[in-house]
Amino acid sequence: MSLPATPALAASKQAATVQPGWVRVAHWLNLIAFVVLLSSGWRIYNASPIFDFKFPRELTLGGWLGGALLWHFAAMWLLAFNGLAYLALNIASGRLRRRFWPLTPRQLFDDFVAALRGRLGHDDLAHYNAVQKFAYLGAIALLVLVVLSGLAVWKSVQLPLLRELMGGFDSARVVHFVAMAGLVFFTLVHVVMVALVPRTLLLMIRGR
Amino acid sequence: MRFSPRNRKTQLALPEDDQRALLRAAGGLLAPPARRLFLQRGLTVGGLAMLTGCSVTDSDSAEHLLMKISRLNDRAQAFLFDPTRLAPTYPASMMTRPFPFNAYYSEDEAPVVDGQGFFLQVSGMVARRDIWSLEQLNALPQEEQITRHICVEGWSAIGRWGGVRFSTFLERIGADLSAKYVGFKCADDYFTSIDMPTALHPQTLLALQYDGQTLPRKYGFPMKLRMPTKLGYKNPKHIVEIFVTNDYPGGYWEDQGYNWFGGS
Repeated sequence: MSLPATPALAASKQAATVQPGWVRVAHWLNLIAFVVLLSSGWRIYNASPIFDFKFPRELTLGGWLGGALLWHFAAMWLLAFNGLAYLALNIASGRLRRRFWPLTPRQLFDDFVAALRGRLGHDDLAHYNAVQKFAYLGAIALLVLVVLSGLAVWKSVQLPLLRELMGGFDSARVVHFVAMAGLVFFTLVHVVMVALVPRTLLLMIRGR
Repeated sequence: MRFSPRNRKTQLALPEDDQRALLRAAGGLLAPPARRLFLQRGLTVGGLAMLTGCSVTDSDSAEHLLMKISRLNDRAQAFLFDPTRLAPTYPASMMTRPFPFNAYYSEDEAPVVDGQGFFLQVSGMVARRDIWSLEQLNALPQEEQITRHICVEGWSAIGRWGGVRFSTFLERIGADLSAKYVGFKCADDYFTSIDMPTALHPQTLLALQYDGQTLPRKYGFPMKLRMPTKLGYKNPKHIVEIFVTNDYPGGYWEDQGYNWFGGS
């Protein structure tokens, strides 16, 4: 005779899954979309650089401008739909509130100082510390900005409000670049942090 | 015979600047008509890029999928396109001086068209297939615009064009306005096509003048189709023939993988 599923057992099984399946799927799909958009975006940038440098060819995707544009305007759909689904599920499931709230400047300062001192604990991976909350919310904000500025560059005539919000066509290109740079910085720090606490990688694959 | 971008077997690793130099050097050995054919028939910079190790992708099916998504983007852009929304216009003080020259060949290779004996050909789904002299076109009501030319590369320049509103011209030739495409053939072997809604847009201009003067050779004499609602490569220069059709005409860059709608 099997044990009845008592509320306690059910609760503990649920608590054991720290990252639900949809979070993990969204995370890895986002990574694919981001890498494709980044590397093809760098090739597009090289066609008419805004600043006094070009990205090394080996880091770019597409072979030539035509190819890079094909990749860029394909991957943007993945980023957008995946991102919207992630946000929608986060809000609807209550996870956004549970995981990212509350966040005060005081908590952020304290946790950041603790992190610099190597004293930020990672025993409980089911809860984000303030630095994490800030970083992940920041990444979401940067992704929204990179999408909106990208839309302003792509459709500067058909989306005039967005274009003006970005400060005009030329300014939109700069905003798009800066948001990209911010995301690259986030990614570098994120990868280093995962390397320092490898359990988190398992968490994002297995869920617990 | 069209060059197929799938011809990826040859591994010729050359950086893009060197490819252009190679093309010019090779083209320089040819006399003008052959040279233009050489450049047009497939050994474009893009075509050579396909021969290098860095092609669009090493897989035909991935490229096929990417092209399909590009077609999807055509539909999304057609949906986003508002036929009444005007592109921004600017004061003359904001014009980019000098306005840049841009083509898939150098400025000294731009085609020379004799305006005196020139007649614009008109064909396809139109009621009146008469040819048009520049005098006749200049006799039609003229308009001007100072708008931003946006290149697919990312740079832009503000210029001033004058000419005939294209929708007026289409009405004069009795074009079937329910047709899907308007196609253009150019003196430099360039060609492209646009959707009918954009052709009818109030700012789509059959440009005969630049900055108050007759359109010069470097900017597309005898005429250019100026559309501030589309990217630069969609704005053909040196137009010699206009046709209306329901058969997809493609385009010089579009056939090589650039997006066909190309809308801004």
